[in-house]
Amino acid sequence: MNGAPQPTYAVEGHAVVKTFGEFRAVDGVDIAVPAGSIYGILGPNGAGKTTLLRTLLGIIDPDEGHRTLLGDPAPLRQARNVGYLPEERGLYPSMKAFEAVAFMGALRGLPLAIGRQRARAMLEDYGMGASAEKPIRQLSKGMAQTVQLFGTIVHEPQLIVLDEPFSGLDAFNQGKLESLIREQAKRGVTVLFSTHVIAHAERLCERIAIVAGGRVRFDGTVAQARDRLRPQVRLRTRLSDGSWRRALPPETVAEDGAWHFAMPQEGIEPLLRALLDGNAGIESLSIERPGLHDAFVAIAGEAAARQMQDDQVREQAA
Amino acid sequence: MRELMRAAFVIARRDFTAVVLSRTFIFFLLGPLFPIIIGMAFGGLGDKISKTDLRPVVGLALPAQDADRMERAHDRLTARMGAEALPTLRRVPLTPAPRVQLARPNAAVVVIVSGSVARPVVTGQPDDIKRLEGDISLIASAALAERSLHMVHIEPQQVSTSVGAQTQGRLIIGRIAQIVIFFLTILLAGMILSNLVEEKTNKIIEILAAAVPVDAIFLGKLMAMLAMSFVGIFFWGSTAFAVFLALKAPGISLPEPAIGWPLFLMLAVIYFGMAYTLLGSLFLGIGAQAATVREVQTLNMPVTMAQMLIFFFATYAVDKMGSPPEIAATIVPFSSPFAMIARAAQVDALWPHLLAIGWQMIWVALIIRIGVLLFRRHVLKSGGGWWKQLFRSATG
Repeated sequence: MNGAPQPTYAVEGHAVVKTFGEFRAVDGVDIAVPAGSIYGILGPNGAGKTTLLRTLLGIIDPDEGHRTLLGDPAPLRQARNVGYLPEERGLYPSMKAFEAVAFMGALRGLPLAIGRQRARAMLEDYGMGASAEKPIRQLSKGMAQTVQLFGTIVHEPQLIVLDEPFSGLDAFNQGKLESLIREQAKRGVTVLFSTHVIAHAERLCERIAIVAGGRVRFDGTVAQARDRLRPQVRLRTRLSDGSWRRALPPETVAEDGAWHFAMPQEGIEPLLRALLDGNAGIESLSIERPGLHDAFVAIAGEAAARQMQDDQVREQAA
Repeated sequence: MRELMRAAFVIARRDFTAVVLSRTFIFFLLGPLFPIIIGMAFGGLGDKISKTDLRPVVGLALPAQDADRMERAHDRLTARMGAEALPTLRRVPLTPAPRVQLARPNAAVVVIVSGSVARPVVTGQPDDIKRLEGDISLIASAALAERSLHMVHIEPQQVSTSVGAQTQGRLIIGRIAQIVIFFLTILLAGMILSNLVEEKTNKIIEILAAAVPVDAIFLGKLMAMLAMSFVGIFFWGSTAFAVFLALKAPGISLPEPAIGWPLFLMLAVIYFGMAYTLLGSLFLGIGAQAATVREVQTLNMPVTMAQMLIFFFATYAVDKMGSPPEIAATIVPFSSPFAMIARAAQVDALWPHLLAIGWQMIWVALIIRIGVLLFRRHVLKSGGGWWKQLFRSATG
């Protein structure tokens, strides 16, 4: 990794707009990815994630707004310090696996000899040593994806940008990729990735941006996103009625012999006191913090959440 | 600029090794040798064909004495003028009439001479008569004169230099150099059209565009293809030179170009490089817009026709040094390398070449820039105005 001091934000975008004809793919996005963090961009397919990443990386220019990459307004000037795995994976089919990794490093300024050396070591460590000399066309899809991922990090960048990195990987390789992302973050590398799978973002990210319809609907930590919803309370009582019922929030729903409601603003204590004073007979009481999925539904809307689930099902079927 | 060249070199190295180390490159190298091999294999047949007497045959329906005189005159003239100079003579019967003989299915002569040596009558189709009457008249005149016709002895007076012959020779060298450069360019530059299709179909373009300026991708591809062309040219050139040395008849000397052979050859290489990169950058820009190989194939024909036009423009001006068309051909960027190599063969001034090479390089850069602009706008769908895009730095 380059020893130069990192800026506070590895990636910044202000009022970024990108239109294709009449379609506003990115619609006035403000984004700031803290240096050294794992940052996820969460949203369904077509939300504008890829266009946003391509704009931030300098592959395409925004129509409006401005961006900086590692503090530089000309993203390509920072190419040596950035690794990028695009959504549409691409490698030269006739290139040998280790050569492909070294070539991608060479594109970003890593001397070819060092790239080859590192590529062999990376493939060996990953258990792909036997495939190092094989042309890409002879590798499985997962293996080719791994080769491309190694090509993204072989030059030890300060910032890694991964567009839908888990797409097309089986559960085992998804786990390995998660470990790799954590490893990179531990070394101080900023990891920015897009996904339509909430679980990955929830497990990995310190901060997330929820994107829908080309706009950032939320930007903050996963905890902050979850805190947008009140915890859900599930209460089961021996008595079904009594003076304590008045203490239940008005939106309480009775279901399967239990009361369901969102945690009241004033907390659970007043309700508990009423239940005890009214001898309601508490059989069970659980307070569940909402998951990121619930937060996503609340922030991006039911339709976006449903689309994201559909995307995931489609991908698994594929 | 250094970063641009470094990135271009990485792209060029990948493309060059991918092409040169592939099996198909052997066929690429051997391709131009196939006609020679085939030519050698069928050489005997070709030789036979070339030796077949294709001269028109004139029938002689003359009395025996007149026919003898015509044949003797024919032999004397042939001895001085060469075997190919005059038609062949063959005796035919005096009867039936020439008109009837020519109408026969087995007639083997083009025209028939009847009458006498002093008053020959030629029977045949109007075009054939027109074509042969001069020759027949010459033979008949020589036959009439017989021994009184003296062949005048010509005394040779040799000179070591003849400006007229030199001018003619240099013109020929200029033309040959133009043709060689043109054919090499047309054979090799066409491949650039499909050069970016691989990256687009394999989705590699996204990785390249994120890592290096698009200008570097274009430049790298041009460099790789030019280097590959030089490998081919070196191979073919060496083979041709070896064959030339093996077959060279003693005493053959080539006319010297105006600037001398070493400089001329160096300029030929440079102008090939410039012609290649000028057309190549244009092809790369056009080909980059194509999404599929099919689209590239469709583009091939109009592009080749455009090349032909440029070549004809350059060759038209080759023997008109300093004329407005010749100057125009040196200025128009695509014809400039062809016009300038012809100039190098005929004019010894060197400064116009420095100027022309600089001019051509500016155009290569400009065409690459426009190609990149179009690529960014139409393929990458990147925004920004035309002028802003045209003059933005390569790294954005």
